[in-house]
Amino acid sequence: MASKLVRHSHLRALSFSINNYIRSPHFSTPNRAPLSYRLFSNASSSSSSSARPDKSTGGFQRASSLKDLELTKFASIAETWWDSEGPFKPLHVMNPTRLAFIRSTLCQHFSKDPNSARPFEGLKIVDVGCGGGILSEPLARMGATVTGVDAVEKNIKIAHIHADLDPVTSTIEYCCTTAEKLVEEDRKFDVVIALEVIEHVANPAEFCKSLAALTVPDGATIISTINRSMRSYATAIVAAEYLLHWLPKGTHEWSSFLTPEELVLILQRANITVREMAGFVYNPLTGRWSLSDDISVNFIAFGTKNCQ
Amino acid sequence: MQLTMFCTRVIARKLYVNVSRLKVRHKHFCTDAATRVSGSNCGQPSPEHKETHDLSNNIQHYDIAIVGGGMVGMALACSLASMPLTKHLNVAIIDSNPALGSRPYFNKEDPPDPRVSTVTPATISFFKDVGAWQYIEQHRHAYFDKMQVWDYTGLGYTRYNAQDINKEVLGCVVENKVLHGSLLSCIENTDFQKTIYPSKLSSMTLPPSPSSLGMDSTSSRPPLSSQRHLAKLELSDGNSLYTKLVVGADGGKSRVRELAGFKTTGWNYSQNAIICTVEHTVENGCAWQRFLPAGPIALLPMGDNFSNIVWTMNPKESTNRKLMNEDEFVKDVNNALDYGYGPHPTSSLFGSGEMFSWPRAGVTLSANDCFEVPPKVVKLASERMVFPLSLRHASDYVSKHVVLIGDAAHTVHPLAGQGVNMGFGDAFALSRVIAEGIAVGSDIGEVTVLKKYEAERKPANIMMMGILDGFQKAYSVDFGPLNILRAAALHGAHFISPLKRSIISYASGEQKLPLFT
Ligand SMILES: Cc1cc2nc3c(=O)[nH]c(=O)nc-3n(C[C@H](O)[C@H](O)[C@H](O)COP(=O)(O)OP(=O)(O)OC[C@H]3O[C@@H](n4cnc5c(N)ncnc54)[C@H](O)[C@@H]3O)c2cc1C
Ligand SMILES: C[S@@+](CC[C@H](N)C(=O)[O-])C[C@H]1O[C@@H](n2cnc3c(N)ncnc32)[C@H](O)[C@@H]1O
Repeated sequence: MASKLVRHSHLRALSFSINNYIRSPHFSTPNRAPLSYRLFSNASSSSSSSARPDKSTGGFQRASSLKDLELTKFASIAETWWDSEGPFKPLHVMNPTRLAFIRSTLCQHFSKDPNSARPFEGLKIVDVGCGGGILSEPLARMGATVTGVDAVEKNIKIAHIHADLDPVTSTIEYCCTTAEKLVEEDRKFDVVIALEVIEHVANPAEFCKSLAALTVPDGATIISTINRSMRSYATAIVAAEYLLHWLPKGTHEWSSFLTPEELVLILQRANITVREMAGFVYNPLTGRWSLSDDISVNFIAFGTKNCQ
Repeated sequence: MQLTMFCTRVIARKLYVNVSRLKVRHKHFCTDAATRVSGSNCGQPSPEHKETHDLSNNIQHYDIAIVGGGMVGMALACSLASMPLTKHLNVAIIDSNPALGSRPYFNKEDPPDPRVSTVTPATISFFKDVGAWQYIEQHRHAYFDKMQVWDYTGLGYTRYNAQDINKEVLGCVVENKVLHGSLLSCIENTDFQKTIYPSKLSSMTLPPSPSSLGMDSTSSRPPLSSQRHLAKLELSDGNSLYTKLVVGADGGKSRVRELAGFKTTGWNYSQNAIICTVEHTVENGCAWQRFLPAGPIALLPMGDNFSNIVWTMNPKESTNRKLMNEDEFVKDVNNALDYGYGPHPTSSLFGSGEMFSWPRAGVTLSANDCFEVPPKVVKLASERMVFPLSLRHASDYVSKHVVLIGDAAHTVHPLAGQGVNMGFGDAFALSRVIAEGIAVGSDIGEVTVLKKYEAERKPANIMMMGILDGFQKAYSVDFGPLNILRAAALHGAHFISPLKRSIISYASGEQKLPLFT
């Protein structure tokens, strides 16, 4: 339990530092400023819910009770998922870059026309931990049949409202559920994507097994996350919190961040072979992300499910 | 959807006159007043009713509405039609210019129109990429590979050859109507889904910002209608349409810019330029420009024995010269291009640290190029047109659902060749940014997508405008920007090499997606 709490605080600390690092200086609206540390705050609340080993109603009730408690904040969070200058700005800015990776790897793997405006036509894709749908919507525009799932009900609501604005994205199926639940329901997808989620889940290895179970044989699994080397940014703040009173019992336990090698390994154990990996590098001058060989900070992996 | 596409294609192809007549009649059904009332309601709390009404009236939906089908607007349409990722887009073009409705036809026997543009090699390769240059080649156009710039004081001169910069040509002079007509022919010969609205934009309603899409609205209302993410345009003939993206290509007095609330900065130079076509007894193969006390005079080859004159002067002089009789005017022109105001220069300006000592990496001038006197003008071959000079720049090029290109974003000079080259650069950059957005599934009305276009073009355009304006100020308050524009356009690659290189890179078909290799 203690380690879980530590993880929670660590997440907050990390997202705070990321925001300081990435957020543009003209982030203005003062009333929104307190939210700025919440880059992954929905995630951290949900990770506490999904951190419960028992994925039955308990976790969800907790999510909805959270919603009840924060009714006043509700609307403002609805805004922020889709406010490209808001707390989720890093995800918005990164989006074209990671979609370029997804486009290129999937077109190649599924022999789709890379010059097509809708190359994913005919592909069933699930976006696990879809949040407000920042990734699900472009996938739908690219022709995919998209299912978006998230453990947090309010995220799903927001995703729904936003997707309904455009007939092309209104076809997305959004569900408040988890990967595990989908496995229980025996759902299968050509492509399973979980971007910036695995660092928020209780057990990454189990999570990867679920993702694998959702993937059809020879289907694709794509995961992106933050490398543990990011710890350096967070250490100071985390250490401060240690000093406060969050000293963990096993230090190696306190981060659930994975290194690329670890991710490859746990995916391999889940029967998924990683075929391609790229890093994201941020250029503070252009404010853009680009793909690179440098996987020391943010990275994305494309794997295929082995046919048994 | 299929049906819509079919209809629009029919409208675009041949029936559009009929259809627009139908639409005009339709306008009488719902009276002007009714249209206006419902129109101004749009975006207010009660639009749902209106939307269904609109739907039953078959208001068309488009991906992109290009307001202004001038040279730049048509260049954008051609570029979109030529790329695999954008050729499926459903595009509306709004312009009341009758030229858009008819197949372009030019009589080669007619003397050239005085409205011409000096297109740069970058523009030429852009036209080749989109498939429009072949139509230019069927009409009058004049490549030139030499130019001479000199000064009335007799201090010096500069001559450039295309070989000096390893180019075949320094540029090409083309009548604006030929540039426009070629783009029209080019797009007619694709199966691009476009609808031409022979009308003018009168009002524009942008969808509310995402912050007003709060959850509270869902409790009391039915699901948000899909029109809520579209801009609505209303036209002067009573038609209206919905679109994801509005492109303001409607020129220096852009209505889109005004309706979107973009600010502009700029000033007038209290200088005018006279433009006209003149005739020689021999063919002119060189672009000439001489700096005179009141401004420069340029003589551009037009093919056959024709040349184009662009002459900058103060407004009073321009009125006089427009009204004076033809013989006197021709005499004035010859005077201005020869001994008038001062002697012929004797030494080359190159290396003197004078006017053209800007960075010219890797350029070696042909040392044996002697000063020449331009061919004599024997006859005026068109009317004389007078235009005031001004500089104007929009502080923003993009906002959600709206983007400006061409003169709508920047007017350097109503006559200068460089103006339209900047516009073609915009059109190319925007179409590529849209293609890149589509490649990664972006909503093309999204400001984050459009910002990339602004980030790419604004520095280039501002730099160009700064160079031009800076020159104007540095050398003489009397010198209009036109000389500089011409000089910039004509001096080509080395005169403004960093900028030029980037323009060339836009135009040379580097349409790479941001995919890693
Ligand atoms: C009178 C004049 C003469 C010129 N002569 C020269 C020259 O000799 N050489 C040179 O290089 N450059 C010249 N220029 C400048 C050059 O034409 C411009 O740089 C170039 O045309 C810019 O192209 P554009 O498509 O951005 O705008 P424009 O060519 O101005 O085209 C704008 C288009 O938008 C349409 N439009 C305007 N308002 C609306 C509305 N509300 N709704 C719908 N449509 C609308 C107009 O009908 C027009 O077709 C001249 C400009 C003018 C105005
Ligand atoms: C940082 S956000 C990423 C959102 C989205 N994938 C993106 O990249 O744009 C993490 C999301 O994962 C969700 N999440 C965390 N743990 C989850 C779990 N076990 N199952 C499903 N969703 C989860 C959170 O609710 C949050 O919306």
